[in-house]
Amino acid sequence: MTRSRARYLSYIPLVLLSFFYLLPIYVMVLTGLKSLDEVSIKTMWDFPRQLSMANFAVAFDELRPYLWNSIKLVIPSSILSSILGSLNGYVLAKWKFKGADIVFPLILFGMFIPYQSILIPLVDFMHKINLYGGIPGLMLVHIIYGIPITTLTFRNYYASIPNELVEAAKIDGAGMFNIYRNILLPISIPSFVVVLIWQFTQAWNDFLFSVVLTSSRNWTVTVGLNNLAGGQIIAWNVQMAASFIAALPTLLVYIFLGKYFIRGMMAGSLKG
Amino acid sequence: MQNKKERLQAFFMVLPSILAVAIFIYGFIGWTVRVSFTSWKGMIPDYTWVGLQNYINLLTNDPRFQVDVRNTLLFTIPFVFGTLIIGLISALLLDQGLKGETFFRSLFLFPMAISYIVTGVAWRWLMNPATGARMSGLNLLFSKIGLDFLNSSYTATPEWGMAYIAIPAIWQLSGYCMALYLAGLRAIPDEIREAARVDGANEFQIFRTIILPLLRPVTLSALIILGHMSLKTFDLIIAIAGKSYALDMPSIYMWNTTFDGHVYGVGAAISILLLISVAILIIPYLIYSLRKEAQL
Amino acid sequence: MGHKRLMLVVALVVIATLMLSSCAKTGDKQLEVFSWWTGGGEEAGLNAMIKIWEEKYPDIEFVNAAVAGGAGSNAKAVLATRLSAGDPPDSWQGHAGQELIGTYVAAGQLEPLDDLYKENGWYDVFPATLIPLISKDGHPYSVPVNIHRANVLWYNPAVLAQYNVDPPDPTSFDSWIATMDALKAAGMEAPLSLGEAWTQKHLFETILLATVGPDTYTKLWNGEADWGSADVTKAIENFGLILTYVNPDYASLSWQDASKLVADGDAAFNVMGDWAEGYFRVDLGLELGTGFDWMPVPGTKGSYQFLSDSFVLPVGAKHRDAAIKWLTLCGSKEGQDAFNPLKGSIPARNDADVSLYSEYLQAAMADWKVDTIVGSLAHGVVANDTWSNDISTALGQYLTDKDNAALQAALVNLCKTDGPCK
Repeated sequence: MTRSRARYLSYIPLVLLSFFYLLPIYVMVLTGLKSLDEVSIKTMWDFPRQLSMANFAVAFDELRPYLWNSIKLVIPSSILSSILGSLNGYVLAKWKFKGADIVFPLILFGMFIPYQSILIPLVDFMHKINLYGGIPGLMLVHIIYGIPITTLTFRNYYASIPNELVEAAKIDGAGMFNIYRNILLPISIPSFVVVLIWQFTQAWNDFLFSVVLTSSRNWTVTVGLNNLAGGQIIAWNVQMAASFIAALPTLLVYIFLGKYFIRGMMAGSLKG
Repeated sequence: MQNKKERLQAFFMVLPSILAVAIFIYGFIGWTVRVSFTSWKGMIPDYTWVGLQNYINLLTNDPRFQVDVRNTLLFTIPFVFGTLIIGLISALLLDQGLKGETFFRSLFLFPMAISYIVTGVAWRWLMNPATGARMSGLNLLFSKIGLDFLNSSYTATPEWGMAYIAIPAIWQLSGYCMALYLAGLRAIPDEIREAARVDGANEFQIFRTIILPLLRPVTLSALIILGHMSLKTFDLIIAIAGKSYALDMPSIYMWNTTFDGHVYGVGAAISILLLISVAILIIPYLIYSLRKEAQL
Repeated sequence: MGHKRLMLVVALVVIATLMLSSCAKTGDKQLEVFSWWTGGGEEAGLNAMIKIWEEKYPDIEFVNAAVAGGAGSNAKAVLATRLSAGDPPDSWQGHAGQELIGTYVAAGQLEPLDDLYKENGWYDVFPATLIPLISKDGHPYSVPVNIHRANVLWYNPAVLAQYNVDPPDPTSFDSWIATMDALKAAGMEAPLSLGEAWTQKHLFETILLATVGPDTYTKLWNGEADWGSADVTKAIENFGLILTYVNPDYASLSWQDASKLVADGDAAFNVMGDWAEGYFRVDLGLELGTGFDWMPVPGTKGSYQFLSDSFVLPVGAKHRDAAIKWLTLCGSKEGQDAFNPLKGSIPARNDADVSLYSEYLQAAMADWKVDTIVGSLAHGVVANDTWSNDISTALGQYLTDKDNAALQAALVNLCKTDGPCK
């Protein structure tokens, strides 16, 4: 029964790896539970003298408006961006127009640009089209810079679906859009999950676009979090508590939907 | 064959995306290229043409850029290989259908959900290099559990400090790599393994001669994704190293030159060099994978 | 069909959130003030001024657009992108001196404030030595709200007593070195604590001042003294010498961490601006004289190396009248006495209510009146952004190779490419 003993032994590295993955979160939560005079790098592993959720309450109060902005941004932008990606992917996989084979790699390459380098023309352009300062403008930017990854994911998924299915529908007289809606869309759920999670995380964690493209009342949670740490003197306990709160939504998404994410990847998406 | 009207319709459906990409990606890159050929310095736009001067200075006469190139390599190699290896090992461990697989999978995957703006400080504390009475972070933890030999001075290590920045980067992406490999492993039909077992191959031989070659496309994609991420690394360095010269990277240099120093011409040239190095990595891969797909 | 209903729900969610996100209110009567004061004493100080604003001008909404600077210097990036798009905030915070003059005034982005200075009598209440430093061609371009001192040596008296050494003589750099040698000989590994990149630059500027003296120091920055001189060579040697006394993990510490080392007795000294006083006294609850103490960085006694936060009037401010009201408040006695005790700095005006300030700040106010005023490099007074940033790079390189000649050659060259040297 060596194989079953090997299976048993597999838990050792898995548990060690789990410690590695949890360590920074543990530090954040532990520090978040301490009072300011107990916070010091030297004593970072010590348990707090008494557990107090006060820092989390303070942090939540500070972050509340920003959290709300993030929610208003992230939900529509990830949904719109998946729909757009799905339509693009459909066309590029099943309705290749002339030049589609050039357009697709050109779109894809957009995934790889370093965003810091295009900030100045971006802000200038958003001013010109009058979308600077608000959440809709930021949403547009997230959707546009999401086009490469969302298109890729859906295109690869649709490419794996037999052409016969589409051809048969065409013979039955179905139009392009109807084929999408009635045949491909219903089986695209795995890819939608992958793209939604991906775009949700991207937009939630984004700092750069939010800080340069929105005015102060529309800042998202990462900007709020960064501002908390911006004083000359930083209250690390509140900062760590706030970090944990800011990470919570994405954390929950991954913990609860992580298995669909992997399932979606197995279904042919994100194969690159 | 598709009729003309429908094909046109299809084209119009992607046209907005094409236009958006044309402006927001290629248009802005074009603007940056243009600025990189100028001597723009200070707050007033100055489009005085200096040709390749900024590039030549950076490549031949700028010690900081040389440090950046060295640091990029020093970071990329351990990061990419560490992530691939940990990702592969955890995928292999989980592929056995163990109890609690879902739990471990989610746990390994979650770091990619969190940005360094959130975990940066925790990592800086963990990798604190102080010794003696001031010892803390991972070093203190290791000492407490009797693993002193693991102690290190992390990013403060002379010459090699940059390599330690790979630790949090591996932390963030090895779970993603695990997911890629796991997807790849699950796509391998069991019959192939069974057939090999019947032929008397042991598990290690099966892994080396059958599974590893079949995973090669996954490895390639992961390599490309991780490689370009490492070239673009920005938040992580800012969170952990601030603006330390010893831990500088091209993306930090670009930001620093553009926004702290207002030397826009040079900042743009650094961006373009960064973009070119990403392109060198990505374009052959894009061509390769699209060709291969066309052959199928 | 199930997915039809799903589509409907999705569409509704999208529409609802889109509507929510687009109904932000935008008032005409408002004032947008941009700063990097998002936490600690500076946020408290700013809030105190906002409170006065709201009492005075209840109908003009104060929009506080503060972005934390942070190591990524986000605030400056936001400002730079907004200025390049022609959308300046109504007023913004900048370090008084060349950071504003050599960067934004040089680009014609700020309005001169001569009239405001005259109307409010500021020429009489701001020190005569300060006005030239915030002016170009005789026109003042910013309203300073506070003054900080950069050349302060913080020390832990208990540690010195424990090792049985006397505090150094503030007039002598060498006595400081002798003290640290004594501490090292007695077994203290790193008597001087140091932090990340900007704190290294901060240390460098104080050593430069201590070595070359206030006259030459000022002349170096306006192009009248030679960066290739033996004085500067000596200053670089001194800086190199000082670096042999610091903690090896400096790069991973913030200034706060470095100050904490002194408070905890892990180091005896730290060179930091006088915002550290608030940290020692308020945040760590230490007593001046027993828990911590201060003196000018040895060799700089009689010089006040200052930096000042100030506000400006951009060309093309959308709410110019409100911005002028704001600047008037910033320069007023009321505004400065509300802001400074909380921020932990002294007011730029010389007629402030001394009783509002802590013991240290009162001493600083006394020094400010009699000392020779020189500007800080790390905090924007003496060099424009480009020059200052390039010096950071040169210092960063020096920390990795300790090549004195290369640093001096770089400094000589940078004064030519970025500064006033010919």
